[in-house]
Amino acid sequence: MSGSEKLCYNEPTIFTGGNYPMLTFRKGFKDGVPIALGYLSVAFAFGMLAVEKGLPLWSPVLLSISNFTGTGQFAGIDLISSNAGLWEVIFTILVINIRYMLMSLSLSQKLVRDMPVWQRMVIAFGNTDEIFGVCLQQKEPLTMRYMMGIILCAYSGWNAGTVAGVLAGSALPAMVRTALGIALYAMFIAIIIPPAKESKPIMKVIVLSVLLSCVFSYVPGISGLGNGWTIIICGVISAGLGAYFFPLTMKDEQGAVR
Amino acid sequence: MSIGKVLLVISIMALCTYLPRMLPLALFRRKIKNQYISSLLCYLPYGILAAMVFPDIFSSTASIISGIAGTATALLLAYRKRGLLPVAVSACVTVFVAERLLELIGIL
Repeated sequence: MSGSEKLCYNEPTIFTGGNYPMLTFRKGFKDGVPIALGYLSVAFAFGMLAVEKGLPLWSPVLLSISNFTGTGQFAGIDLISSNAGLWEVIFTILVINIRYMLMSLSLSQKLVRDMPVWQRMVIAFGNTDEIFGVCLQQKEPLTMRYMMGIILCAYSGWNAGTVAGVLAGSALPAMVRTALGIALYAMFIAIIIPPAKESKPIMKVIVLSVLLSCVFSYVPGISGLGNGWTIIICGVISAGLGAYFFPLTMKDEQGAVR
Repeated sequence: MSIGKVLLVISIMALCTYLPRMLPLALFRRKIKNQYISSLLCYLPYGILAAMVFPDIFSSTASIISGIAGTATALLLAYRKRGLLPVAVSACVTVFVAERLLELIGIL
């Protein structure tokens, strides 16, 4: 099974004591730049929308600082502007965010093994979809300094974008805004397609997940399930079948390092 | 909504975002040895990201036609292993151009 071994590594034996020279803060920060640029536009739209919905100007900024998540924050300004009850807030946000449990579980397997709990707890705050996606591309175990670099870079973009969006109101013309709407999706495509080209099992998992996701969105009756659940169900079913039919052997995983 | 309630809602949201991210990272510290589970965890990100992109990407722009054009550009460039930024920028430019063309022929 060529290719998939690049994506699931075992810890290399040549480096010891959690000292992985490749994944520096600088490298993390650099890898965070495309994410930050994507975030600028999305957070900009978020800030504008929040102002349009009549929220107090400080609230979208506080949301971005404390939440650092896309979908949840967009849902949040709807919840606030419709004066939602607290249980509705809890339920909606949890359903949207439950996918993070799977991503964090996956990420936990890629961190350097001796990383202390407090560092893991700091990293957890920055485990957004995009940062997770870029981390996925790294072949070495992820170090704290690399994670700090990528998170700080992306976090700056997210908050700068929010502030700019709030200040600008709707200064950005609509035609530019709609064109930017596709940016983050395109980035995800750039993350998943190259590995899929190398590995047939990954390609099959992706195709299956896309088909399932389309069924969930377009077939009447089950299309009202909500995005949070749909993503989980599609991800678990497609990866579950992938793992069943194309289990990775130890050899695959060991070949992973180089 | 009063300022107090807005603050409360934002705090609750922050907690409901942080906990799902933090708990698995803090609790799962060992390497998973089980072959099925480790294979599952390897494939899972691809399944999740794919489901997040499709079909929502088609409705992420002003018209489904420009959405499809942008998606096709992204797929093609990603297949040629271009980086994240070139792929994202090219998709945006494609959408922008497609939407001006659609305006021109009166669809948008």
